[in-house]
Amino acid sequence: MSHALFSEAPMTGGRPDAPPLLYGVDLHKAFGPSRALDGASLHIRAGEVVALMGPSGSGKSTLMHCMAGIVRPDSGRIVYRNDDLTTMSDADRSALRRTEFGFIFQFGQLVPELSCLENVALALRLGGARQRAAEAKAAEWLETLEVADVAAKRPGEISGGQGQRVAVARALAADPSVIFADEPTGALDSLNGEKVMDLLTASARRMGTAVLLVTHDARVAAYSDREVVVRDGRTREGEPS
Amino acid sequence: MSVAQTLLGLLESGPRYGYDLKRAYDERFGRDRPLHYGQVYSTLARLLKNGLVEVESVEPGGGPERKCYTITDAGVTDVEHWLAQPEKPEPYLQSTLYTKVVLALLTGRAAAEVLDAQRTEHLRLMRELTRRKQQGDLADKLICDHALFHLEADLRWLELTAARLGELAKEVRR
Amino acid sequence: MTAVGVGLGVMMLLVAASMPTMLHARGERTAARDYGSAEMSRPSDRSLLIGVQDTDFYGKSIRGRVLRPEGPRAPLPPGVAAFPNPGEMVVSPALADLLSSREDALLRPRLGYRVVGRIGHAGLGGAQEYAYYAGSDRLTLRSGLVVRVTSFGSRSPGQSLGPVLVLLVVIAFVVLLLPVAVFIGTAMRFGGESSDHRLAALRLMGADQRMARRFAAAEALLASVFGLLVGALMFLVVRVFVEQVTVFGVGFFTSDVRPALQPAVLIALAVPVSSVLVTLFSLRKVMIEPLGVVRSATRTRRRLWWRPIVPFIGLALLYPLLRGVQRLGSFNEYQVAVGVALLLIGIATLLPWIVEAVVGRLGSGGGLSWHLAVRRLQLDGGTSVRAVSGIVVAVAGAIALQTMFTGVRGDYVQETGQNTSRAQAQVTFRGAVDGTRAAGAAARLGSAPGVRGALAKATTSVLLPGAKKDDSWVTLTVADCPALREVIRIGRCADGDVFIAGLGRRAPRPGETVRVDADEDTGGGRGPSWRIPKSARPAGQRTNPLGQTEEGVFATPSAVDPRILRTAHVTMLVRVNTADGDAVERMRNAVAALDPMADVMMLTGTQEDNGFGAVRRGLFIGAIAALLVIGAVLLVTVLEQMKQRRRLLAMLVAFGTRRSVLNRSVLWQTTVPMVLGLLLAVPAGTGIGALLLKMSEKPVSINWAAVTGICGAAAGVVLLVTAFSLPTVRRLMDPEGLRTE
Repeated sequence: MSHALFSEAPMTGGRPDAPPLLYGVDLHKAFGPSRALDGASLHIRAGEVVALMGPSGSGKSTLMHCMAGIVRPDSGRIVYRNDDLTTMSDADRSALRRTEFGFIFQFGQLVPELSCLENVALALRLGGARQRAAEAKAAEWLETLEVADVAAKRPGEISGGQGQRVAVARALAADPSVIFADEPTGALDSLNGEKVMDLLTASARRMGTAVLLVTHDARVAAYSDREVVVRDGRTREGEPS
Repeated sequence: MSVAQTLLGLLESGPRYGYDLKRAYDERFGRDRPLHYGQVYSTLARLLKNGLVEVESVEPGGGPERKCYTITDAGVTDVEHWLAQPEKPEPYLQSTLYTKVVLALLTGRAAAEVLDAQRTEHLRLMRELTRRKQQGDLADKLICDHALFHLEADLRWLELTAARLGELAKEVRR
Repeated sequence: MTAVGVGLGVMMLLVAASMPTMLHARGERTAARDYGSAEMSRPSDRSLLIGVQDTDFYGKSIRGRVLRPEGPRAPLPPGVAAFPNPGEMVVSPALADLLSSREDALLRPRLGYRVVGRIGHAGLGGAQEYAYYAGSDRLTLRSGLVVRVTSFGSRSPGQSLGPVLVLLVVIAFVVLLLPVAVFIGTAMRFGGESSDHRLAALRLMGADQRMARRFAAAEALLASVFGLLVGALMFLVVRVFVEQVTVFGVGFFTSDVRPALQPAVLIALAVPVSSVLVTLFSLRKVMIEPLGVVRSATRTRRRLWWRPIVPFIGLALLYPLLRGVQRLGSFNEYQVAVGVALLLIGIATLLPWIVEAVVGRLGSGGGLSWHLAVRRLQLDGGTSVRAVSGIVVAVAGAIALQTMFTGVRGDYVQETGQNTSRAQAQVTFRGAVDGTRAAGAAARLGSAPGVRGALAKATTSVLLPGAKKDDSWVTLTVADCPALREVIRIGRCADGDVFIAGLGRRAPRPGETVRVDADEDTGGGRGPSWRIPKSARPAGQRTNPLGQTEEGVFATPSAVDPRILRTAHVTMLVRVNTADGDAVERMRNAVAALDPMADVMMLTGTQEDNGFGAVRRGLFIGAIAALLVIGAVLLVTVLEQMKQRRRLLAMLVAFGTRRSVLNRSVLWQTTVPMVLGLLLAVPAGTGIGALLLKMSEKPVSINWAAVTGICGAAAGVVLLVTAFSLPTVRRLMDPEGLRTE
């Protein structure tokens, strides 16, 4: 029975021979005197779930911010499809994040004054969707993530697990190619964390969305296809499974 | 893993033939390592000898698989006892790895690689379990979780040991 | 930070509190140097002749007096150590500076005296006043505006502002100081976040809610007391500079700037007390927990019932005054101040309710930035409303003031009817030039540099024969034909002609003999007599350049006896080269050469009451200061608000939200309450203004242009503040904000 699992349809995204969708080479970044990145490299293929692991302060968050075009590295190249993020303008990188990337953070990412439905719709409206269409699609996503019942509530009125599922819905709603998840279950208990990871990876695999997962939790990392360990600003690839 | 107590537990819900017992065991607990028939019958023979089970009836046609077993009062007491007794923690993995790391340090090999290889292997297994968990029912989830938490604990030990390698190397080479 | 903010506010309050003493001290000094108009007519060893010789120099008023002591015990003016000898003068420090600067070239010819000393503080209104006392041995009572005095100092109080202007000043103080109060209130809440951490730490150490609250109150008290000290210190620094500033001709000495006792005590008490109250009030809905400060998330719907009470009390206080302050004669300034203040504060109490009521109905359609802003206001409108309530209160106050101003303006600003295109100045000679010398003087003045022409006329009064009643005096004007044409409508005119204009039934008939007024020396009607020639013709009237119509007998010079001309007063209408900026000063010099004591009046289209002008200008400066203060408050509030949302902003930017969307959302968040506030402020302000006009017994009219202007200025402040806050907002959106630590 266990063998059947692995011989079945490709559960793991990103065929090893496929060209990377997003890659960074020899990235350096310093904040003042401290070197957050010291020659890190990373690639992610379309539909692949990659876990970025490492002790706190190792630079994994900075690496993620660089890869997502939020922070510009001091040196090195980051290429998404055929575009070099390091030479793009801030406006272009913002547009890229809006349309191609999705984000999930540990907490506090939902706009407190908007309802959950509006929070999900926000991602679509940032991409230029009309309000009505955005909210209709957002409602579908809340359904998919099994939080349709909190659609009208504000983030302050729901539980952390529900909030993170809304955040996952928001990240997925705009149909991004890559989702960046920074400790998405960091503020959740095991059960809620598991639920969020199940829904995130299942949806991402179904949509063919790549996920870059920053975590120090091995059980969260176990949802990935491959892990990359960051130590002292440098990366070390684990063997692909 | 105590096969004897598990079989006893299965018999508690009602009398079964030996073959049925094996199938029930495999279905619920034996996915990783199915029982051999021989093991089942030798265990049952031991339980019979100790008076924890008895044969209720024998189907015509002969052969051991045609015996219907039932649990005795002593057998119920035994299961009860087993359930109440906590399992002894198993330090076997750590001690094996410790031996490996120390050996690597002593012979000048890269101990970090030993740990990293182990770490990758752990994660590979965790990934497998996670996948199985995602597809299985609640029982699968609980069983896989148990394994995952253990593996995670091992992983933490691996990471901590990796962080303390320098310290350990000094100690070993002294 | 809090101390500096509170200190700034306290400093402004202290300056305001010093205004009464400043004005009082100044009034005391100016009264002390005043003198009666006709104390005695006979010279004695205690008498002094003093003559007015004021002049203007490029808009600076120079107070000039000529002194001629008639005996050894003649009184010295305050601030003067010894009488200047003839040809010498003592000057104020400001005038001394002016004379020793390079700009005095056109002033020197008028002030041909040697400077021998200074006028001391006691003799000056303010540090920057221009004044001099010159000595003379030729001054007589007939030289000009000269009187004989034996002492200085007028017992009668200086000209008071009158109830309506006092009302205006009181309102102005309220309107200008309310924003300062708001500023102090805001300053007390600076750095609320770090205070939250401290309070939480206290709870962790085992303090209970009440102890934490007490600690917060004590902290606020300490900060405000420190703020008071800082404010007092700033005040001491600022008052040194007061001598450098002259607000529209009104200056002060540093020693004048002393806060009045009552307001000072009030400030010293009110600031710490209100700081404690503000702190406790702001902690009202807050739970101080060991792990942080929790602001209750449950929104309580704002209740309406108590909000209208505040303006209602204000209305009740003003009600008794609606009968009119002039009819009442005097009124309680504090009653008006508190009443108006409560009406204005009422706006601040009503605004949150109105904003909540309106925003709750606003749709979220429209752009994303609008959507975000509306939702934000729906969740927590209070912060934004607090930010703009100061500006809304100020706008309402300004509109009220403006309305009142427009209403009473007619009483204080008169259309003079003067036609500045026909003549730019009128010169009145006092004694050195009489009717016989008018033609020559006009010729000399007319040929002075910068002067285009001068038309002279000599006037005196004549008593008609028969009745000796007062109304049988008519004016005799002697001037040449060109000058006559400026004041009456005549056709043919030659020297020797006489015309009669206006007067109707009282008009003298040609051939009648009239008696000329010979001034105070001989008493009315005892002067020479003059027979109106038979050839005298009637003439039409016209408006002269001063905007008046003249009537009486008009004669050309050779038609009258020189004896008559000698008693006549000479005035000249002067046209100057308006393109030449120095022309007026050159003209003044030419006039001074003819008669140093002559009075030069520049013609203007309108003329305003001095008191009214000072109030208006003071108000203008105050309004600008208030707007700046309000802008600063708004800026601090907006930034504080943004800092609290730093992580969220950074995350929204990470999602790829356009910064412009966030910027616009910030703008909407202040604009929406602002617009609602203005919608409330306009009717409230005009209403209060109408009330004040009712109190001033004036018809109610509203200057909509000014209202628009005030609202525009307020909107401008909001835009400016948003612009100023953008760099910080930009910095807050930095990915640094994503760090969870």
